Amino acid sequence: MRVLVTGATSLLGRHTVARLLDAGHDVVVFQRTPCGLDGVVEHLGSVTDANVVDTAMAGVDGVIHLAAKVDPVGDWADFEAINVEGAVTVHAAARAAGVSRFVYVSSPSVAHDGSSISGDGAAPADPERAHGHYSVSKAMAERAVLAASDNTMPVVAVRPHLVIGPGDTQLIGRIVDRARKGRMPLVGSGLALVDTTWVDNAAASLLAALDALPGVGGRAFVVSNGEPRTVHELIARITAAAGVDWSPRAVPARAAIAGGAAAEAVWERSGRGGEPPMTAFGAEQLSTAHWFDQRETRTALGWAPEVSLADGWVRLAASFNEG
Amino acid sequence: MKPESQASRPRPAADLYGWDASWSRFVDAPDRRGVTRCWHLLDTGATSTTRLTVLAVHGNPTWSYTWRHLAAAVPDDVRVIAPDQLEMGFSERSGELRRLGDRIADLVALTDVLELSGDVVVVAHDWGGPVSLGWLQHVHASHDALDVVGLVLTNTAVHQPPESSAPTLIRNARRPLWLGQVTVETSAFLRGMFELSNPRTPAEVRRGYLAPYDTPNRRKAIGEFVADIPLEADHPSAAVLDAVADGLADLGDVPTLLVWGAGDRVFSDIYLHDLEARLPHADVHRHPKAGHLVSEDTDVASIVVDWLETLGADGETSPPPSAPVDLSAALRDPAIADRVAVREMGTDGRTVTFGELDDVVQRTAEGLFGTGGVQVGDRVALMIPPGVDLAIALYACWRMGAVPVLIDGGLGPAQMSAAMKVADPDHLIGIRRALAAARTLRWPGRRIAVEPTNRVARRLLGVEHDLPSLQDAPSVTLPVVDPDAEAAVVFTSGATGPSKGVRYSAARIDAQIRTLVEQYDISANDSLVAAFAPFALYGPAMGLPSTVPDMDVSSPGTLTAATLLDAVEAVDASLVFASPAAILSVLETLDELGGRDRTALDHVRLLLSAGAPVPGHVLRAAVDRLVPNAAAHTPYGMTECLPVADIDLVSLESLGPDALHHLGVCVGSPVDGVELLIDPLDKLGVPTGRPTTEPGVLGEVRVRAAHQRLGYDRLWHTTHLASPADGWHATGDVGAVDTDGRLWIGGRTGHVIRTATGPVAPTPIERAVDMLDGIRRSAAVGVGPAGAQVVVVIAETSDVGRRPRQSSLDRIDRIRAAVTEATGHDVAACLEVASLPVDRRHNSKIDRTHLADWATGVLEGGSVRNP
Repeated sequence: MRVLVTGATSLLGRHTVARLLDAGHDVVVFQRTPCGLDGVVEHLGSVTDANVVDTAMAGVDGVIHLAAKVDPVGDWADFEAINVEGAVTVHAAARAAGVSRFVYVSSPSVAHDGSSISGDGAAPADPERAHGHYSVSKAMAERAVLAASDNTMPVVAVRPHLVIGPGDTQLIGRIVDRARKGRMPLVGSGLALVDTTWVDNAAASLLAALDALPGVGGRAFVVSNGEPRTVHELIARITAAAGVDWSPRAVPARAAIAGGAAAEAVWERSGRGGEPPMTAFGAEQLSTAHWFDQRETRTALGWAPEVSLADGWVRLAASFNEG
Repeated sequence: MKPESQASRPRPAADLYGWDASWSRFVDAPDRRGVTRCWHLLDTGATSTTRLTVLAVHGNPTWSYTWRHLAAAVPDDVRVIAPDQLEMGFSERSGELRRLGDRIADLVALTDVLELSGDVVVVAHDWGGPVSLGWLQHVHASHDALDVVGLVLTNTAVHQPPESSAPTLIRNARRPLWLGQVTVETSAFLRGMFELSNPRTPAEVRRGYLAPYDTPNRRKAIGEFVADIPLEADHPSAAVLDAVADGLADLGDVPTLLVWGAGDRVFSDIYLHDLEARLPHADVHRHPKAGHLVSEDTDVASIVVDWLETLGADGETSPPPSAPVDLSAALRDPAIADRVAVREMGTDGRTVTFGELDDVVQRTAEGLFGTGGVQVGDRVALMIPPGVDLAIALYACWRMGAVPVLIDGGLGPAQMSAAMKVADPDHLIGIRRALAAARTLRWPGRRIAVEPTNRVARRLLGVEHDLPSLQDAPSVTLPVVDPDAEAAVVFTSGATGPSKGVRYSAARIDAQIRTLVEQYDISANDSLVAAFAPFALYGPAMGLPSTVPDMDVSSPGTLTAATLLDAVEAVDASLVFASPAAILSVLETLDELGGRDRTALDHVRLLLSAGAPVPGHVLRAAVDRLVPNAAAHTPYGMTECLPVADIDLVSLESLGPDALHHLGVCVGSPVDGVELLIDPLDKLGVPTGRPTTEPGVLGEVRVRAAHQRLGYDRLWHTTHLASPADGWHATGDVGAVDTDGRLWIGGRTGHVIRTATGPVAPTPIERAVDMLDGIRRSAAVGVGPAGAQVVVVIAETSDVGRRPRQSSLDRIDRIRAAVTEATGHDVAACLEVASLPVDRRHNSKIDRTHLADWATGVLEGGSVRNP
């Protein structure tokens, strides 16, 4: 199968491409900057540029749409352009090119309003409930592409929860960086249970979703390792793997969420780029439970995690030692 | 008032909460004056398979909405017809005053128009009770085509019992100035109904009840209904109500179920007991907390549906009557008349011989039955600590056919009061302190003092008799005791929830005593120290000299090594029965013995540790350090059936390689006469109802034995659910049997963790964790929805501070490894607390339900308080 992967520069993108290649697929990648991966056909450009996307789509059988703006802060216009219009553009191009399978990579946050989630399944994406620009834009896009799922081009949404692994800059990078500077607080009790997804397992789930089409067309699945852990334990495991001394300093959850929101506002008004020290979204994520019922996902996708978290921590420590 | 036209007739809104629009039906029928009136009914409709019609009649101020749960719950072959009474609900407002007699006649006319026939079960609530009972008595006498095959009454009344002041709320509402204001001009009476609910009625349900009563015109009958309650003898409806009440005597052939919300401030327990007295054959299910709108507060529909299933079923063939039983027979044995029967410890302890005990038991039985006014079958609460007086009262009750009610003092005042209200004893025999409590807490029952009590004290305590005077009362002939009638009601502390009264017959108590005697080779040479409440009672029946150590039996931690040795010396005991907590307490106080002569302890041949699972090393320590010549046994069982199985220490220490450690702890082989079955759990941890004897299958343990309970007191549905088949008791424990027929117990069915990969019992997890360094004991609970739960371990550790915390990474690793090794399951989180919540009686049963709720909150990111 010829498979187009958008956003292949991300951690999950790179793993997905590698797996596709291992499985004997022809891989086309599409993103703004060169990904440096061997054995792939590369197209560079923005997902909002229909002409370039059309070109990349030529001869493609399946699409894994990973490209997205994932920053915790930023202008809504950017999120809307990349995450909503971009997805619609890629989807339209795929349809026009006669693509037969479309995997939309989404996020569990598209269905949730910030209250805790303990063992729930995948609820429908809902922009009204989702919190933050990222989640709202992803929810709008997921709704649009799932609604367009049909027999000609079935679409499945896969929502991996907190993808982590060696080289992850999103969660692991930030935690280690802050812990090194002595600025990694424990929000609230730190005892909220949170799902994570080891990157190898997340990549495998995307391939499994591609294979499970058209049978799972129109549906959304949350993917995780199925081993929820407390935030406290996750931070402790990550910092231990990185060899960083970390002892928890507690910050009340409510103060952290309010403080995060204030930090975001000040940051945006000051016109500084990048991200503020703590965001409201981040604080919320780290102080309420987020773990999911994986039974339906595993049955429908015919997939199960290969790398346990215990194995993962060993690999992570090895990567820090090497690098 | 002008009759409403067809077009403008109000009807239940299509989106009314919980209401199925297809149920609404309008039917014209003549009322008792012959004028055609339009009724609104809830009617689930007849089909070709309909075998039974439920006629459900609501009270005031409700409407057929109150039967929506029942309508939704009945199987396809049951039709529910629930009319809104005229002037009520969505039925016609004619403006006429309809008294009880009118309403009965109206209902008869309606069912004639409906051509109601075949098998009918009447279900009624509130003042729907008298209306439907009046109807029932009418059709019972006059209809051939219609057969009333069942009657279900919920929170209703047919009579104002003399001890009740009429319901105060009703009386207040009936004061003329109030009546119109409260019931008609405003919806205050309607809304007041919800104030009687427990738990609070949700807003959408309130709206449903209020829907047909939105204007004063539509509420007029609510006031009239209240005014028609005959609180006075000369009330126009008094004669009709009396006839209805008297007519109940003719319903002995109609199977009846009373479902009661005991939290009802209008129809309190007094009305339940009045109906029980009129319908002695009735099954009774009393919910301790549910309020007046009982169908909203508890799942009445499921109870009724299950009860309907039992109607007409061949069901259990009643067993043949048992041979006569005299539980006090051993007292009469002339061979042991001079032997000590009961010796009390402590400074002013008394001692009686079997001959003396027999004499005083006989005189007490005669005194209770004659002068004391205690009837055969009367319940008698015994509020007496273990000792001579308790033995006298207990065996006197049994000798005359009264029913002792035994409530564990470890329950605490609130639960004891709740137990008293359920059991509703006719008499209470108590020591001074208990009588004072009875007065303060308004426990039911005519009071009899244990100690001599003068006139002043009698008046103060509300006491009618005392045992010393009854023992001197004129002799009477005692009746013959029915071995199969109720002979005891026992309330022990459950792990969670209110204590249930477990009913026994004399035949079953006798079987229990025989089972213990056979299982433990008890003979006339033995003598007993009982630090465990239930067995403390049986010494006299077994013909054994017995004593209770100087301790608070309901608080096992109060037993010390010195008090135990005193007791063993006092009767030269060969048997010691104690709970694990008591044994632990003795081991912790061994230093007390100092250089005391311990020869008496060498004579103990059997140490029985009962009441909770006991760790092998505790038993081993007890034998080695305390009673070196004793065999240590631990029976498994429950208040409903004891013993079920037994294991001795040597066997416990030498479990083979085929051990089912991943499923539970070994409680040994079933004792003679006990049958065992395992009801396998499905993937969601729910028993499948297809019991097996196959080894290694995890499921709910079912037992059957001659010495098991009759049933639970006033909990028909609970008894029904725990009685899956002929004579079996579903224990609520999960476990498995091994290839040697030994039973392994993994915990309670309610504590099974329902993971994505199947159910796992908590005990094997806890066992694995408890063996790790630094852990005193632990609890394994499930967090998350059934079928997707994750395992959470909560450990009591020696090094945790005052606040709960997460275990160190090192300890988490060790716990996870141990649990995965033992059960194959992941552990999501490991929390540590200074102390796990346990029940007071055994000081060992961990409250896992509470801990699961606590862990759920903590792991959702909530605040972290101690559990």
